[in-house]
Amino acid sequence: MSVTSLNRASTGRGSQREPILSRAAAMLIMGVFTLYFLIPIWWLLVSSTKTQGQFTTTPPLIFTAEAIPTFFSNLGGLFTYNDNVFLKWILNSILYAGAGALIGTLIAAMCGYALAKYGFRGREAVFNVVLSGVLVPATALALPLFLIFSQVGLTNTFWAVFLPSIVSPFGVYLARIYAASSVPDELLEAARLDGSSEVRTFFTVATRLMAPALVTIFLFQFVAIWNNFFLPLIMLRDPSLFPVTLGLYSWNSSIGQNPELRSFVVIGAFVSIVPLIIAFLSLQRFWSGGLAAGSIK
Amino acid sequence: MTVTSRPAIVERKGASAPRRKKLSHGKALVIFIGPFLFLYILFYVVPIGYAIYQSFLTVEREGTFGPATVVFGGLVQYIAVFQASDFWASVLRVLLFGIVQVPIMLGLALLFALLLDSPLVRGKKFFRLAFFAPYAVPGVIAAIMWGFLYSPSLSPFSAVTQNVAFLGADLVLWSIANIVTWVYVGYNMLIIYSALLAIPTEIYEAAKIDGASNWTVAWQIKIPLVTPALILTAVFSIIGTLQLLAEPQTLRSFSTAISSTFTPNLAVYTTASVPNPSLAAAFSVVLALSTFVLSFVFLKVTQKRAFA
Repeated sequence: MSVTSLNRASTGRGSQREPILSRAAAMLIMGVFTLYFLIPIWWLLVSSTKTQGQFTTTPPLIFTAEAIPTFFSNLGGLFTYNDNVFLKWILNSILYAGAGALIGTLIAAMCGYALAKYGFRGREAVFNVVLSGVLVPATALALPLFLIFSQVGLTNTFWAVFLPSIVSPFGVYLARIYAASSVPDELLEAARLDGSSEVRTFFTVATRLMAPALVTIFLFQFVAIWNNFFLPLIMLRDPSLFPVTLGLYSWNSSIGQNPELRSFVVIGAFVSIVPLIIAFLSLQRFWSGGLAAGSIK
Repeated sequence: MTVTSRPAIVERKGASAPRRKKLSHGKALVIFIGPFLFLYILFYVVPIGYAIYQSFLTVEREGTFGPATVVFGGLVQYIAVFQASDFWASVLRVLLFGIVQVPIMLGLALLFALLLDSPLVRGKKFFRLAFFAPYAVPGVIAAIMWGFLYSPSLSPFSAVTQNVAFLGADLVLWSIANIVTWVYVGYNMLIIYSALLAIPTEIYEAAKIDGASNWTVAWQIKIPLVTPALILTAVFSIIGTLQLLAEPQTLRSFSTAISSTFTPNLAVYTTASVPNPSLAAAFSVVLALSTFVLSFVFLKVTQKRAFA
């Protein structure tokens, strides 16, 4: 048992218990990287419980004695600063990402389902055109979209960020693969015999079977919109329309002139990642199944 | 967990389906495909077309202060693109970034996925979540956070950051690489891990009987079987690298070493705010085209390798 499994002279019998040494090495690697991944987030949490002055005068990774009251006073300061503008940003982000991902998931699912379940002329052509959209960088579209929207007077509006975010070619790809393997033709045929219309069958039968894929598409599109930076940066001038990423970016860029913003940037950054972490944790058992479908193909 | 969430009906797939009437589905098809296709054309196809159109325009003036008129300029903008040394320097910079960062990131993701899939690691659920958590941090926020962590005065690791200029001209590209790696390793790990979970366990049993070690199983069975997942993550990473914008743009307030044309997208943004929409459109077209070609070629080459 003293030799690691990695350089075991491989004629070996598969021993039931793995050698202690390789188990220790594996756990060491995982442990070190856990620190790498979590320390920055931990630092952000601890820092959001400190006053501006405590940043440099107290140990950076340890809570102070008055951490909790300071956290709430920071939070109050954050949300009331400049006419509750941070609250507006959070609500904007929830609206852009929540409504955008919801509509986006619905239309991507319908399209992917139809591409999987109906034979029609030009089906592969449609799929290939949509699929090549996956390879087009979204940021390359931001500038031409800005030029088009400025022709029709839509820049610096809610729609300028909302509408382009709805389209998710990757969602169609995922929905098609998943529908092909999880929605049996017999079931659709049975629904037809029962007199159910195609559209009704989709909403009552297919969406249920496709649920893991739908949650996956929704979550990843939600994250994509929530994290989107270039499109709002290029489209929006009015701070009351900003999503939270762009808002924090604008605060961060003006720390030079306005140093009091630093603690708001830190606690704002912390607050802005909480909704995403909650969404991922609470929906975990759905999306881990959906992810698998996309990667097997 | 992955397995249980799959519908059990999949197995019945093979049974023969009765012929369907094709005609009656026409209206349903329009309802299903229409909305997506309409928006896709509006927000993907049209902008690409418009960018190409715009990139062939140029502004002419009579004298220095004369009224500006927009005219067809042929390839004028593309000649300007090829002469823009800043732009090409930024392209080379992100290519260098990609050649170093993408293999490191995917190598780590593969290592973690294999460890999670091996019997060596306890507490898989915890590690999976801990490694994936940074994916929930938007690029802008991650850059702000790491900007503080890198800075000589504010960092919790100031003993290190006072001696190493993470935000200086020499290192800043790799400091950005670290941020991108930190955010995306866990995401890529999960995609690869999901593919590993989908491998039927009988394959391992067979290998065990043949006396294969863990190492051999990982190298000769698992890695070849997750190659499609690796290709998928590599393509997305290549696309992401060429699009780099949020992290460098945000770090500019922490570092003077990041120029306004540090990455191709920053160059597009800077050119557009001049404003020089035609040149910026030409940059966008060149960038989109090279991204498309690069990921397409990568897909073709790797697919030949993987499935030949």
